[in-house]
Amino acid sequence: MPQPASATVTTIRPPKGWAPLDLREFAGAHELLYFLVLRSLKLRYKQTVLGAAWAVLQPLLTMAVFTVVFGRLARLDSDGLPYPVFALAALVPWTYFANALAQASNSLVEQHQLLTKVYFPRLLLPLAAVIAGLVDLAISFIVLLVVLAWYGITPTVQLVAVPAFALLAAASALAPALWLAALNVRYRDVRHVIPFLVQIWLFATPVVYSSTLVPERWRPLYALNPMGSVVDGFRWMIAPAGHAPGRELALAFASVAILLTAGLYFFRRMERSFADVV
Amino acid sequence: MGHAVIRAERLGKQYRISQVRGPRTLREDLVDLARAPFRRRGSAGASADDATVWALREVSLEIQRGEVVGIIGGNGAGKSTLLKILSRIVAPTEGWAQIEGRVGSLLEAGTGFHSELTGRENVYMSGAILGMRKAEIDRKFDEIIAFADVGPFLDTPVKRYSSGMQVRLAFAVAAHLEPEVLIVDEVLAVGDAEFQKKCLGRMQDVARSDGRTVLFVSHNMDAVQRLCTRAVLLERGRSIAAGATPAIVAQYLARDDAPSSSGAWIDLSSVERTGTGVARVVQARYWSEDTVAGGHPYPDGPLTVGLTIETASACTIPSLAVTLYDMLGTKLVNADTIAAGRTLRLEPGEHRVTLRIPELHLNPGVYRMGFWLAGPLGAIYDYVPIGFELEVAGLQAPGLGRAPTDDGMVTCRLELMDAD
Repeated sequence: MPQPASATVTTIRPPKGWAPLDLREFAGAHELLYFLVLRSLKLRYKQTVLGAAWAVLQPLLTMAVFTVVFGRLARLDSDGLPYPVFALAALVPWTYFANALAQASNSLVEQHQLLTKVYFPRLLLPLAAVIAGLVDLAISFIVLLVVLAWYGITPTVQLVAVPAFALLAAASALAPALWLAALNVRYRDVRHVIPFLVQIWLFATPVVYSSTLVPERWRPLYALNPMGSVVDGFRWMIAPAGHAPGRELALAFASVAILLTAGLYFFRRMERSFADVV
Repeated sequence: MGHAVIRAERLGKQYRISQVRGPRTLREDLVDLARAPFRRRGSAGASADDATVWALREVSLEIQRGEVVGIIGGNGAGKSTLLKILSRIVAPTEGWAQIEGRVGSLLEAGTGFHSELTGRENVYMSGAILGMRKAEIDRKFDEIIAFADVGPFLDTPVKRYSSGMQVRLAFAVAAHLEPEVLIVDEVLAVGDAEFQKKCLGRMQDVARSDGRTVLFVSHNMDAVQRLCTRAVLLERGRSIAAGATPAIVAQYLARDDAPSSSGAWIDLSSVERTGTGVARVVQARYWSEDTVAGGHPYPDGPLTVGLTIETASACTIPSLAVTLYDMLGTKLVNADTIAAGRTLRLEPGEHRVTLRIPELHLNPGVYRMGFWLAGPLGAIYDYVPIGFELEVAGLQAPGLGRAPTDDGMVTCRLELMDAD
């Protein structure tokens, strides 16, 4: 039954420049977010033979290739860890980050039929893509633990920090994805930029090499890449040999916070014209 | 009473022509940006890309609680734009609107459906995206499934459903939406007749008994008249009339930009057809003799069809037929000269032929008209399955003595013989 004189009043006006973030409306949509995440998970491995095994295979196969190329042939230093473990510890968060970034950036364009037919907080689409990926991250993290056991490495108690690093990885993916997703609606060029961006970003992150290789004077600049701290964090959790995150981590959080806030405002500004231009 | 739930004040929506054309690439915008300093705003040098079009202009509305208002108008009149603005899908360029209460909008059947997901999953997904809470969907789930009548296929991916089943399920979810303000666009134009009737009934219930406010866009004048107490007529983005439904519907039917305005010639040169082409129907027009309906055919009234037939060589046509189909393609009426025993003999060139059906036994609704020309030995000269759509009007207007009904497509005479 409709409430008499309901409290909800919607006012519709032409957009004027930067608008404040409507966090209350966003919070009210948590159920829809849940369904969008669920849908993304259910659809991801539909009509694939291996199904969720892809979440396991992707980092494992990349680990094998990296081990041969960078571990055996290039003989890169691996902080005293066996190279496969060294690579996998980085590939687990990195694979999550790369997939989440790509999927969130394409989320609006791929679901354009929703944008033009129904209203809901648009932010839910990229956010759902980033959250859905966390399930794959959890699966591949278990694989990492298995590989550690295989090599007889006992993870340290620092492992309890994994949710914090997962969160940082999620925020690192969401922040640029907000910009890219909004731009993608207008310029389909973005779709082609993403794989390239991810590739460059891979080399700016200590995935195949150790961050100790980076010269001291470049460290502050290097630390602005939050994924660097995530990868270092994962290595630090499994092996006490890795260096503890400190100043770099603070810088990473700061850079993510700034990029994310700016991204939210940018997204908010752009979202009003999504249905017009998609 | 007397409380405006929806208020719109001078709403307008402007599109750049280039937006209509499709997404831009970054390169195009960068080129524009580089050129910008050399281009004065509003000067004659402005490119064609800057041309704009108003999809909606200065539309004001005031809708009271519990009202069911129909928005009608031809193609491109701005109906959908208005609904999209009120649904917050697109932002207006000017003006403002205020809506009290939870708004639910239904601009297509199956919003949020995914063909890979099962019926059950889609009910939840679609319900959530249309603004239902999970608890609400849980509560209404059985009702939705019963309404859609897809019981045994609940856990089958909807891609295995027939299109009719998909539509039924999609509408069933939507029909159980219970916002205070419901915005509905054309969703009834789908599904089989039986289901359409069910949907209309459901909409009627929602509007009448629950006191919700409904804004309804449709090309189906019959549905509009049955559901709506008031109607607003849009034309080229502007609201040109508002008031009691029958009067506004009559005005709509009488307008000159109707898709197949009665009496005007309709060009058929580019419709799909088969046949040898010895003779072809290239133009058609139709009218009834009643001016109240704006010349539109009405139940049991006369229908006159004028045809322009082009012949490539001299030919004999024993069978010239005008056929009426319902929107699902069921042949309802086939008025064939072969039945009248009249044969046409035509020289090469253009000919005008007029046919008259003295009583058209069709109930109000939208139908399709097709044509058939065949030679003496059964050679098909021209077969046009769908020439155009026409509307049999069901006006609640004086002189016609007929209220819209949903008693099937064909009319019949009825006499009450005895009653004890």
